[in-house]
Amino acid sequence: MTSLLQVKGVSKFFGGLQALNDVTFELPEGQILGLIGPNGAGKTTLFNVINGVYPATEGQVIFKDQDVTEAKTYEMAKLGLARTHQIVKPLNELTVIENVVVGACFGRQGYSLRKATPVAEEVLNFVGIADRSDQLASSLNVAQKKRLEMARALAAQPHLLLLDEVLAGLNQSEIAEMVETVRKIRDKGITIIMIEHVMEAVMNVSDRMIVLNFGAQIAEGNPDEIRNNPRVIEAYLGDPKLAQKLMQKAQE
Amino acid sequence: MKNWRNHLGLLLPMLVVIGFSLWPVITGNISTRESAFTILKAIALASSLNILLGYTGYVSFGHIVFYGFGGYIGLYFVNQQDWSIWAGMLVGGISAGILAFLLGKAILRLRGAYFALATIGINEAMKALFNNLDLFGGPIGMVLNFSVYKAYGGAAKALGMAFYIMAGLTIIALIISHLVRTSKFGLGLLAIREDEDAAEVMGVVAPDTKTWAYVLSAIIPGMVGVLFFFKNGNVEPHVAFPLHSSIELLVMVMLGGQGTVLGPILGAFAYQGMRGYFVTSEFFKDIQLSVSGVLLLLIVLFIPAGAVGWLRQKFPTLRRVLQ
Ligand SMILES: Nc1ncnc2c1ncn2[C@@H]1O[C@H](COP(=O)(O)OP(=O)(O)OP(=O)(O)O)[C@@H](O)[C@H]1O
Ligand SMILES: [Mg+2]
Repeated sequence: MTSLLQVKGVSKFFGGLQALNDVTFELPEGQILGLIGPNGAGKTTLFNVINGVYPATEGQVIFKDQDVTEAKTYEMAKLGLARTHQIVKPLNELTVIENVVVGACFGRQGYSLRKATPVAEEVLNFVGIADRSDQLASSLNVAQKKRLEMARALAAQPHLLLLDEVLAGLNQSEIAEMVETVRKIRDKGITIIMIEHVMEAVMNVSDRMIVLNFGAQIAEGNPDEIRNNPRVIEAYLGDPKLAQKLMQKAQE
Repeated sequence: MKNWRNHLGLLLPMLVVIGFSLWPVITGNISTRESAFTILKAIALASSLNILLGYTGYVSFGHIVFYGFGGYIGLYFVNQQDWSIWAGMLVGGISAGILAFLLGKAILRLRGAYFALATIGINEAMKALFNNLDLFGGPIGMVLNFSVYKAYGGAAKALGMAFYIMAGLTIIALIISHLVRTSKFGLGLLAIREDEDAAEVMGVVAPDTKTWAYVLSAIIPGMVGVLFFFKNGNVEPHVAFPLHSSIELLVMVMLGGQGTVLGPILGAFAYQGMRGYFVTSEFFKDIQLSVSGVLLLLIVLFIPAGAVGWLRQKFPTLRRVLQ
């Protein structure tokens, strides 16, 4: 297998708004890819397109050598893609463990209920909310809900995991724990794309990074290259005019 | 059975329904039997609706369409083609299931109020259709040939038998409800109810899962329809597709506790009890339907989880028994 995921010339329009502009990259197996960019850059939209929430307006997504550009979210789940949501989506009236059992039952492995329960228990232990198993998901705080999102995704035993701002709203020690968890997931052999605003953390954990700005890829490389890339710095200075000029240059 | 604990939740519902079914058998009183039949019928229909409303989270205002449709088809074969009541019920249940399958493909993609409105429209359209179908007697409907009862030893015996069948159907409805609730399929439904998009992202194939839930919730009502019209001796469009009965079923499920096996049973008892009072009361008998409307509003506002849901929240230790 060449790459686990290939994104080829993907653009996405919402009416007149272009949220993604000709995004192209490949993701080798076993890596952590950090995806950064200012607010509204199109990061979550890229996840949604890969995940099948809505199709790309243009371009192609290849996952495990299959064209999945038109695939539905549940088809992607069966193929081995799992994700967390930036705005958490707990199944409120179900218990924490039931939430995770859903992930195990309907994800890539498609476990039976009986087999899913021990898998869910193990994953809850792994992400550190096993003591909340029998509580309703609605009773968790935000940090715990982020962990629940992660647990549900992991219970599916995916090949590729998309993490959308799992560090947002966490305090310093929680961030350190979560980063450790992400590393451990990678060490299990799961490939990860991680959207993050917490710079030190994502720089620290990523093997490679992509920077989006106004829907376009403005930089790609290892964390050191990204850190020293003037385009990235400009983008984060928050000068839209400057950023747009840069984008035009990049397209020429 | 190894996992008997998993089935503890079925115990109480079964005891209640079996105990209640024995009541007219012991007293041997025919009017007791008639009211027991009405309540069992309500339990069976409400429990079926609960699969869609309580487990899947889709509000169907027109669920009675399956009762009417299945009932019409089944009675036609019993009356016109000399089929037995058993075969008639089977074909009634299957036709209701097929109707649900086709409707499901068409309208289950609608969410929230749009789905609810579509179900009302379908019930009314079906009523109009049967009004105009000569095969089924048009607006007059069908009257059962008296000879049909002969095969069962005469009218009195046939009606007695109908009661036992009704009790049997109610028990089957409860078992289905419980099996769905404790299965992987049911977990998929609960996930859809809580957040359909999140469920799909986790791999629940929502379109198919919802359709099967709809089919399952339609079969028992179709069979009950055949049985009821058989017992009644006739069927007419406005008796087969009464929209207000749909709404009453909704009230029962909500009152007792949607998404639980026991809830629709308690709701059916409570609602039928109240209804009995209202129809005999001078003041209430004309505004009976407004009363159920107000009741629905009060439930949604103050005890959205229904009685059983409320008890489960108050007494978490009872969760295993109260399901
Ligand atoms: N479903 C949608 N319909 C219309 N516009 C959308 C939709 N989803 C996203 N957008 C728009 O697309 C752009 C990119 O949004 P997106 O959520 O992908 O940004 P993001 O990089 O994830 O930002 P953040 O860091 O704030 O999460 C924004 O301008 C947003 O308003
Ligand atoms: Mg985002």
